[in-house]
Amino acid sequence: MKNALGLLSLLVIVAALAVVPLFGLRALVQDLFMVLCLLVLALNWNMLAGFAGLVSVGQQLFVGVGAYVMFAAAILWGLDPLTGGLIGGLVAMVLSVPVAFFVFRLNGAYFAIGTWAVADIARLSFSQWQALGGGTGTALPRGAARDMPGVQLLREVLGVSPAAAVDMLTYWLALGLVVAMLVASWIFLRSRMGLGLQAVRDNPVAARSVGVDPVRLKALVFLLTAFATGLCGALIFIQTGRISPDAAFSVIDWTAFVIFIVVIGGIGTLPGPIIGVLVFYGLQRLLSDYGTVYLIVLGVIGIVVMLFARRGLWGGFTQWTGVNLLPLEHAPPKRPDTGIRRNTRSVHGE
Amino acid sequence: MAILAVQGMSKSFGALKVTDDVSFELAPGEAMGIIGPNGAGKSTLFNLISGNLRPDSGRVVLDGRDVTYESAMQRCSSGIGRSFQIPQPFDHLSVYENLLVAARFGGSVSAAEAPGFCMDILERAGLAHLATHKAGALPLLNRKRLELARALATRPRVIMLDEIAGGLTDAECGELISTIRAIHAQGTAILWIEHVLHALNAVVSRLMVLNFGRMLMVGKPDEVMAAPAVREIYLGIEA
Repeated sequence: MKNALGLLSLLVIVAALAVVPLFGLRALVQDLFMVLCLLVLALNWNMLAGFAGLVSVGQQLFVGVGAYVMFAAAILWGLDPLTGGLIGGLVAMVLSVPVAFFVFRLNGAYFAIGTWAVADIARLSFSQWQALGGGTGTALPRGAARDMPGVQLLREVLGVSPAAAVDMLTYWLALGLVVAMLVASWIFLRSRMGLGLQAVRDNPVAARSVGVDPVRLKALVFLLTAFATGLCGALIFIQTGRISPDAAFSVIDWTAFVIFIVVIGGIGTLPGPIIGVLVFYGLQRLLSDYGTVYLIVLGVIGIVVMLFARRGLWGGFTQWTGVNLLPLEHAPPKRPDTGIRRNTRSVHGE
Repeated sequence: MAILAVQGMSKSFGALKVTDDVSFELAPGEAMGIIGPNGAGKSTLFNLISGNLRPDSGRVVLDGRDVTYESAMQRCSSGIGRSFQIPQPFDHLSVYENLLVAARFGGSVSAAEAPGFCMDILERAGLAHLATHKAGALPLLNRKRLELARALATRPRVIMLDEIAGGLTDAECGELISTIRAIHAQGTAILWIEHVLHALNAVVSRLMVLNFGRMLMVGKPDEVMAAPAVREIYLGIEA
């Protein structure tokens, strides 16, 4: 019953978000677009750090690669940005294989530093790509975004300007990505592999001793989150329309903020990143006029939450109230009478 | 043929030889106890057999197949189950989920059968009423029970138990003995490290004594306990 209510409220929120572009101002749509993209990144980082125990500080690698490949597809190969974005996601996933080969030899803090170093190597390498503007970057050609499939249709049906139609399309794609991430994460985490993954996170030695292969599961999560992160990176820079190595591979924007969001909201829970991104957006709106103070406040809040509410706002909330949206637990079967017990005992005889 | 054969197993940590040329065989369905003073290399021997440690030399043969170069998870799937001396629960998972992981991975139990299978083991281990509790919140005694239950959920052909009777009351110890006897009666071979000798002797038909990593003696429990060398090193009685 509680679950059904929670699911229903999520559906209502998604539906409400979906109609915002039809009424809302473009500034609001653009703001919410960035919130949704940060949420996609946060859901991915939460899968890595919260469930697979892979505390990566280098996810900007996949944002940047997805975005740069999308730009290359649009500028050099003449493809439309959406197809380019898809290729960007795939390239990010392919790249994650050799990256995993190196960083999976490291553990804990060394793993974090390793991923950061790889991301910075990529940033420096992409700044050598002169065809895409080298260190200063470049812009999407005029009209490239407007040629995306769907933009023309939106203009005709809704009678909006090309730029507004691009904003709408990217917004809905971001919303779709959020929903897809949530559904896919939930299904994966409730599956056999998801259970094994959480066992590995809690105790890798014991997990091996009950037949779980930690490396295979972690590699799978690393691969899949690289794809989704790359896809999201491409989408962000379709909307932005401009790219530079420093923006695309920004550790602050695509990893530090994302870590803040996940930690504040509740690491290792599915609703956590949603709460975190709302808090982050609220603070940003509240404090954006104060410049540096804003970053200091973010840092202080992050430290306070880490010290006094280790499980984040959502973790604290569920502990306090017992309410849990999108629960990942496997409930044991009910056993009202002892007759059932005898019947299942035959399983041991195999 | 032996279900488990260990041949010439040796392992050193630096200059210290913790396992020194240990060889033995375990018949299918046999229960053997392992005793020895602290630091004799009992738990290390388990780690070598389960694949948590690599031996310097020697072989582990499971049911006629050499598994020396297989990983811990492969050996678990092949039928070697173990408990840890210091309990290693999956803290953030429930007691039931701790078993579910073991059953679905190491035990290859199907999704449909797993819930009933796990609850059955929990009931036998006296943990059914704690099924939904987080494993990290359990007190030591129940953690030890969980170690046994989780090892059983991997459906082992050989189960290795590492000091699970310590700290139990007489009544609890009696329950544990009947649980292990039931496991034994189903044809599972047992290797059991234990300091509580009366519990051990209620189940096993052979005893192995380890001292400084070497096998001092193997034989029937009463013969082993009567041997002067064993009495000297293990009970501290001068022969």
